[in-house]
Amino acid sequence: MFFPRQLLKGWSGAFPSIPMILFMVIFLFYPLLRVLLLSIFDPGFTLKHYAAIFQSPIYLKVIAMTLEISLLVTALCLLLGYPVAYVISSVKGKWGTWLMGMVVLCFWTSILVRTYSWMILLQRTGVINTVLLELGLISKPLGLMYNLFGVTLGMIHVLLPYMVLPLYGVMEGIDRSLPKAAQNLGATPFKAFWKVFVPLSLPGVGAGCILVFVIALGFFITPALLGGGKVIMISNLIDSQVTQLLNWGFAAAISLALIVVTLAIFFLSNRYLGLARMWGG
Amino acid sequence: MSEILSFKNKNWFDVFPYLFGGAVIFFMVLPILIIIPMSFSQAQYFEFPPRSFSFKWYINFFTDRYWRGSMFLSLQVATITMFLAIMLGTPAAFAIVRGRFKGKSLLQALVLSPRIIPFIITALAAYFFYARLKLIGSMVALVTAHTVLATPFVVITLSAALKGFDRTLELAAMGLGANRLQTYLRVTLPVIRPGIISGGILAFMTSFDEVIIAIYICGTSAVTLPKQMWDGMIREIEPTITAVASLIVGVTILLMMLMGALGKSGATTKESRKASAS
Repeated sequence: MFFPRQLLKGWSGAFPSIPMILFMVIFLFYPLLRVLLLSIFDPGFTLKHYAAIFQSPIYLKVIAMTLEISLLVTALCLLLGYPVAYVISSVKGKWGTWLMGMVVLCFWTSILVRTYSWMILLQRTGVINTVLLELGLISKPLGLMYNLFGVTLGMIHVLLPYMVLPLYGVMEGIDRSLPKAAQNLGATPFKAFWKVFVPLSLPGVGAGCILVFVIALGFFITPALLGGGKVIMISNLIDSQVTQLLNWGFAAAISLALIVVTLAIFFLSNRYLGLARMWGG
Repeated sequence: MSEILSFKNKNWFDVFPYLFGGAVIFFMVLPILIIIPMSFSQAQYFEFPPRSFSFKWYINFFTDRYWRGSMFLSLQVATITMFLAIMLGTPAAFAIVRGRFKGKSLLQALVLSPRIIPFIITALAAYFFYARLKLIGSMVALVTAHTVLATPFVVITLSAALKGFDRTLELAAMGLGANRLQTYLRVTLPVIRPGIISGGILAFMTSFDEVIIAIYICGTSAVTLPKQMWDGMIREIEPTITAVASLIVGVTILLMMLMGALGKSGATTKESRKASAS
């Protein structure tokens, strides 16, 4: 042994994780570091790529649009996902298992497959337009994709399970006799729900919203396929900077900004909301 | 009167959330299931409802050299990724659940980081890294990049299984004369096996579905199935993709049912353990 035993003492419990840590350092952290360093060395030290983010109205517009879409998607996911989690956690037995199975199926079906389904549904000659035309509700096909509507819809569909699952986790642990007690004391069922059940479910709301928002910030596939070049999010900007313009320094600068924002949100929420518990970590 | 009113109120709130929640679940599942009938259409362009039935696009998928090649490549990459992720993730899960050391929360954050960092940035880093090693378009690049993304699922699933594991069983085995290896193979492993297999399935699915990194590092010589689909989707909507997508949905449902069954067998071992303990 080259290491003094004393030094190893506090760490020996961590030894089994060393192969994984090494693997991640070689194949994730080192490559990340190399790419991110491109943002400040070009070839000498420079901050011009960071300055470029703020100097161009186009880039600022992409950042604003990304934030806007992510907030909108998070709000809508909460609105749609809350009742789903409520229903699944309230229904017992076989039905509950089936409903949960459907949410998990949605969760595990490939993003590409789901986005493709939306293309089939939303395109000009797609399912929705065909049905509406046959019914005589519209006289010409609606432009449902290659715009903000299509991207938002596709993203909500992909991200809903990330809202429902943490909400369900919290709601399942809520003692249902509490809202019932409120009812026995004279509250209407809705008031008992609103004043007793909802406050108890807030940790799930926080975890779900943060998860959805953070993942939405880094979305690439859905805006690329359903946005048709009109809806550009930060990830799409990074992609086009590298693949079309070979502008690695600028892409790295935006990447670092996105990573910092993402990790900051995640760790702050982890500290205050205990997000890691949900992952079982 | 007030009783009728409250009854009415109760009815409103008993029904509305279920209707709304049910509708949302319908919205979640319908788009996934609608591609299955569409995949049996004969038409080159979309028609709904499909007017004619055929296996044309499935036959096309299984006979086309490129589609078949990409499917086999994806299956290979996902299988190797699964084994690598299990080999790296299993000991790490033991360290996280059982080890006592400083900076454990840092290790936990480290495990989750591949899932938190936006994929496009990981893809960029991978592209830069493997290009310098001249590994773009190689299976080594795909497997190592996918293993980074898949290992967290093994660690998370197995950590959960290990937390529910009653360590007195191991002590009992050792007390009865078993050595550490025997205890691990005969007592620990059988109990946590469903957790390892579930984590492995999740790792397999992660690799099999992965597209963003594949877009960057597949090159032209190692095109995975999602990359092939992606190429088809940005160029034009090709009906063969509908058949591929349906197959993927089918496989996903099968794997989920397998995991559900594993979960149940895990639960029974827990119960039988409780029963034998009492």
